[in-house]
Amino acid sequence: MADDANSVAEASGAGMPQLDFSTFPNQIFWLIVSLGAIYYILSRTALPRIAAVLAERSGTITNDIAAAEELKLKAVAAEDAYKKALADARAEAQKIATETKAEIQADLNDAIAKADAEIAARSSESEAHINEIRESALSSVAEVAKDTAAEIVATLGGKADSAAVAKAVDARLKGGAY
Amino acid sequence: MANEEKAEGGFEIHPFDQFEVKNLFNDGPVAWYSITNVTLWMALAVVCVFLLLVMSTKGRAIIPTRGQSIAELAYGFVYKMVVDVAGKDAVKFFPYIMTLFMFIVLANFLGLIPMSFTTTSHFAVTVVLALAVFITVTVVGFARNGAGFLSLFWVASAPLPLRPVLAIIEVISYFVRPVSHSIRLAGNIMAGHAVIKVFAGFAASAVIAPVAILGITAFYALEVLVAFIQAYVFTILTCVYLKDALHPHH
Repeated sequence: MADDANSVAEASGAGMPQLDFSTFPNQIFWLIVSLGAIYYILSRTALPRIAAVLAERSGTITNDIAAAEELKLKAVAAEDAYKKALADARAEAQKIATETKAEIQADLNDAIAKADAEIAARSSESEAHINEIRESALSSVAEVAKDTAAEIVATLGGKADSAAVAKAVDARLKGGAY
Repeated sequence: MANEEKAEGGFEIHPFDQFEVKNLFNDGPVAWYSITNVTLWMALAVVCVFLLLVMSTKGRAIIPTRGQSIAELAYGFVYKMVVDVAGKDAVKFFPYIMTLFMFIVLANFLGLIPMSFTTTSHFAVTVVLALAVFITVTVVGFARNGAGFLSLFWVASAPLPLRPVLAIIEVISYFVRPVSHSIRLAGNIMAGHAVIKVFAGFAASAVIAPVAILGITAFYALEVLVAFIQAYVFTILTCVYLKDALHPHH
């Protein structure tokens, strides 16, 4: 170890250069000059400038964020307006559809009632006609029956009293033979 | 150790030559005003500070250039450290702390240039830096708090019988601060540079050269780390000490 120290001492002349006190005033003097220079540079120019840049940037960012927020609100408002318009249009369409439906229904009801009335009129007319036909048919049947009966009586050789035959046929018909 | 190697293989190892303070223009003795390698490398540090923090921010760009980004990072790094560690009211010491940080970090990194001179490897430099911090802290402490600054040494949260003992320990630790503060920086830087130099000395032998060069590379990487970390440690300790001056109550 002592040897080591000696060799180092030989190499550098006076041991560790860090412990060579003769150079201390020089180092301290230049250190103070350098620190003074750096302090001057920093406090006069560098730090205020960087602080200003950083403040400006954060200001810009804040403004941009505020602007973005505003635009977002506008977009939301626009969307709301659009949705409202859409809903209004839907309601309007619904209303128109309902109205049209009601109108059509009314027309339809009218037409159905009219048709019903016509059908009723027609059917009653038909019924009257049918009754008429039936009546005439019944009287025709009686007539034919009387004629036929008279004919049969004559053919059988009897003296046909037409009044008596008619009476008998009427009696038979009224008796519900059919 | 160097001597043993010298005896065995004839290696020429002078790990401390690099720290010698020499006159740049003549061979005479070093006077306080002489222009030495100390002057040169400290001036280079000042120039680097100027380039890094003034020239690079010339554009004052909202979207920073690369240089401006570095300047802003350095500013933000130290500013945040001061506010976080020492508190909001320490901001007026920010230029002072930034000066210390920029000087140490640039001196350390400039010292890593091969053949350069590392100003922060000298106790003369680091002791002045540490004493400046110590004196600032003490003066500010008494100016701000008067005799209340002494409560720093009187641990009110400890049991009463223990307090005088703790006070003695606190006082000793307070006065040891500049010593550890300065020796930590110079010691780390000096040791790293000396070790690299020792490895470089071994590289003279072809057999050991690959190992030696590997060692140099590894230690250089470590020293890059140490260069920054020691600057950081010095600065953050300054903030811690400043906090004691501003808020001495535990």
